[in-house]
Amino acid sequence: MTAPLPASLQLCVRRRRVPTASGATIQVSLRVPSDVACIEEVVDLLVRHCCGDSWLCRKRRFNLRVAIAEALANAIVAGNQEDRSKSVQVEAELGAEQVRVVITDQGTGFTPTTYAPPTLPDDLERDNGRGLFLIRHLVDDVRFNAQGNSICMTLRRR
Amino acid sequence: MGFSATRDASGVYLIRVEGQLIVGNRQELKTAIQEALDHGERRFVIDFSRTGYIDSSGLGALVSISKKVREQGGELRLAGLNEDLRSLFELTKLDTLFAISDTAERAVGSFAG
Repeated sequence: MTAPLPASLQLCVRRRRVPTASGATIQVSLRVPSDVACIEEVVDLLVRHCCGDSWLCRKRRFNLRVAIAEALANAIVAGNQEDRSKSVQVEAELGAEQVRVVITDQGTGFTPTTYAPPTLPDDLERDNGRGLFLIRHLVDDVRFNAQGNSICMTLRRR
Repeated sequence: MGFSATRDASGVYLIRVEGQLIVGNRQELKTAIQEALDHGERRFVIDFSRTGYIDSSGLGALVSISKKVREQGGELRLAGLNEDLRSLFELTKLDTLFAISDTAERAVGSFAG
């Protein structure tokens, strides 16, 4: 049984018998309020609707969960500054061989290239700065729009 | 998601993370450890055997907790990381920062040694 959704979380799922031009057979669209309490539910919804039980192996399913949680946290906290009047738009597409998730916030954006890897000995005791590093290592491709307020993550099936 | 805490006979404070450790609940874990420190607890084990995933905020909270515990003369050990969770620690090299045991029982027992 599906847990009740927060009032302002809006979900739309389209299942297509004929794939779209981009090869998508399932498209999921979610509007998420700027509330970190929603993240776990959104991750569950996306993974459940985009990837059936056997579509992704356990390890890649785990990677997808963490990457989505991470990108949502960035969008809600860093992007929208947890402003409840703003929302985060999530679009996910399942193709034959890959899943693509686009997460867009209403913030001013950032420059992803300015962030250094947090794995040097002197940086290990930092309590932040690992989010984008994790995303880049957990999925196969990461892109940002020009403004820097939208991330597109692609994870291949294998 | 949530946390449950017990104190065993040897005086080790064991916290189980049930569900996820992410930006939405990391402060709850930090507060629980701080309160235990305030009550004189110094030996901590955090058990992840019932944990689904951890995000970077959760990892950062563990780093912060570890520093606080050390500053107050205590020790923190982690336990119960499955292969997926362990990979996050290896990726971020945090496996070099924490003492990690296979099980909570081993982590608790290691304080006696």
